Amino acid sequence: MTSPQTTRSADAPAGARARLSARGLTLAYDDRVIVDGLDADIVEGTVTCVIGPNGCGKSTMLRALGRLMRPRAGLVELDGRDIHRTPTREVARVLGVLPQQPTAPDGLTVADLVARGRHPAQRWYRQWSGDDHEAVARALEMTGLAELADTPLSELSGGQRQRAWISMVLAQGTDLLLLDEPTTFLDLVHQVDVLDLVRELHDEGGRTIVMVLHDLNLAARYADTVIAMREGRVLASGEPAEVLTPALLREVFGLEAVVVEDPVTGGPLVVPVGRSGARG
Amino acid sequence: MTPLAPERASPQVRDRLRRSRPALRLGPVALRLRPRLIAVCLAVLAALAVLLALNLSLGRTPLSPAQVWAHVIGTDYEHYFTVWRVRMPRVVVGMLAGAALAAAGAVTQTIMRNPLASPDLLGVTHGASAGVVAVLAFGGSYGILSGGGPLSSLGVPAVALAGGLGAGVLCYTLARRGGVDGYRLLLVGVGVSTILMNLTLWLLTLGEVTDTGRAMVWVAGSLSMRTWEHAAPVALALALLLPLALASSRTLDALAHDDDVVRGLGVDLERARTALLVLAVLLAAFGTSAAGPVLFVSLACPQIALRLAGPGTSRPPVLLSALVGAALVSGADLLARTALDNIQLPVGVVTGCLGALYLIHLLVRANRRTRA
Repeated sequence: MTSPQTTRSADAPAGARARLSARGLTLAYDDRVIVDGLDADIVEGTVTCVIGPNGCGKSTMLRALGRLMRPRAGLVELDGRDIHRTPTREVARVLGVLPQQPTAPDGLTVADLVARGRHPAQRWYRQWSGDDHEAVARALEMTGLAELADTPLSELSGGQRQRAWISMVLAQGTDLLLLDEPTTFLDLVHQVDVLDLVRELHDEGGRTIVMVLHDLNLAARYADTVIAMREGRVLASGEPAEVLTPALLREVFGLEAVVVEDPVTGGPLVVPVGRSGARG
Repeated sequence: MTPLAPERASPQVRDRLRRSRPALRLGPVALRLRPRLIAVCLAVLAALAVLLALNLSLGRTPLSPAQVWAHVIGTDYEHYFTVWRVRMPRVVVGMLAGAALAAAGAVTQTIMRNPLASPDLLGVTHGASAGVVAVLAFGGSYGILSGGGPLSSLGVPAVALAGGLGAGVLCYTLARRGGVDGYRLLLVGVGVSTILMNLTLWLLTLGEVTDTGRAMVWVAGSLSMRTWEHAAPVALALALLLPLALASSRTLDALAHDDDVVRGLGVDLERARTALLVLAVLLAAFGTSAAGPVLFVSLACPQIALRLAGPGTSRPPVLLSALVGAALVSGADLLARTALDNIQLPVGVVTGCLGALYLIHLLVRANRRTRA
């Protein structure tokens, strides 16, 4: 890894405060350094998408932002406090994380999975109460799963299962959500479906959301801020139109692409050239 | 920094949830009310009462139910020795040991996320055996444990407890690397158990035949010659540890998920897992020290309890597992001492045979997990 090089978003809305910030973050699994000296800010009330090629460290960074792993060096601040010095239960009442491939025990029903999200609000003597009924019902409704409450998770389709997991994180009642590839293994219809839900959570609930996404065009459409990563470093960060340029796509992905205007949203639309594109 | 106040849910959805997952409220205490689980627990309790009565009445001196009852309420003293000094301690020790082993199994299977995990694989059982055999084989003829020897006041159960706990700590220490990974702990446990098992066999070849004969009976897991002194330690352990396990039910629920989900829910993963492992090892060690290594109770009972608890149960319920464990051991002991006319089988042989069949059944049904 070379020395850290970061481009901070220059035009974050004036006065907006950073909910989460990474400062000189170095992350490693055993001896393999994945992220090296990374700085990033997640601004309150925005949807941030992290993009980059496979193995660039975007999931690792998200795990560190959600205090799922300890940094080798540097720190993550949640509302100005070192996240690893804040009791984990306290963090869980402010920040919800959906890991990349979460697993659940056999036989668990949708409502029981969603009820797990109430864990940070419960105590050993107050394990299940009226507040939990309310919060779980609300979370099920927001994701449209109220009718499937008693269905075992294993009988759901991929898209429904992803909604169930998002619902669990929503039941935590946090206004900060970190979602690691919430659309993996979903077909395009369900990808758009899940991302529309995420956008609603932002627009109506005012939540701050960070997502790792693979699809550049979906990232462009749903994000306020795009963070582009390569080899453990942030190469660019800013509005989709600033970040998703042919030059940057070449630098980040080694991809030759044309960027046109999205006919639906007016934002950037990435059209890869590739080898087949050169044929004509 | 304040979490969003949840907007109101629609009353229909909330009420449906309230009906399907009712809450039991008592002042500040609010628990999930599980009618089916309560009903099953009561049914197993009834079965335990029947097994207790059968255990007291059947044997070389058969007693009628009326005679047993008269002895229990203290209006008849004719067979006092048989009822209160032989049969009652034996069945009580069996039930307590079974409950402790099964509860330990339920906790272990949940935190290891593996229906085939059991405290047998954490070194506890084989550590206890190695300890007992070492002392019986080498100290027996010199009376270390009997008649005024230096360890006579502590006895075999204390040695078994020390051996079991020692092996448990050894496995934990060897498997620890920054934190405890369940899979690594199981692998280390299998290795340590194998070494201890072979050590036990080697020790058995070294000792005097009379001493090793007694040791063999213990290793097979037998409830014969049990007195009230065997019951007290395991009763105390259950009284302290079982409520702790029940109070940790939310944490156990969370620990059934993968590590990242558990951490995301605000559980201090390393601390919770270590504390519950210690709890399981203690329960298993006390259970083993009272009854010897009664095999497969800790493996099979949680899975039986899980199936009895019905659909929608995602982990073995601890209390029901303990009750099933008590029933299984007292039932197996009844079978062991009455099935073959003149031959008394060690209870461990019976539970071992039943458990092996059950294990094959579990292995045949593939170990499926839901992945999302």
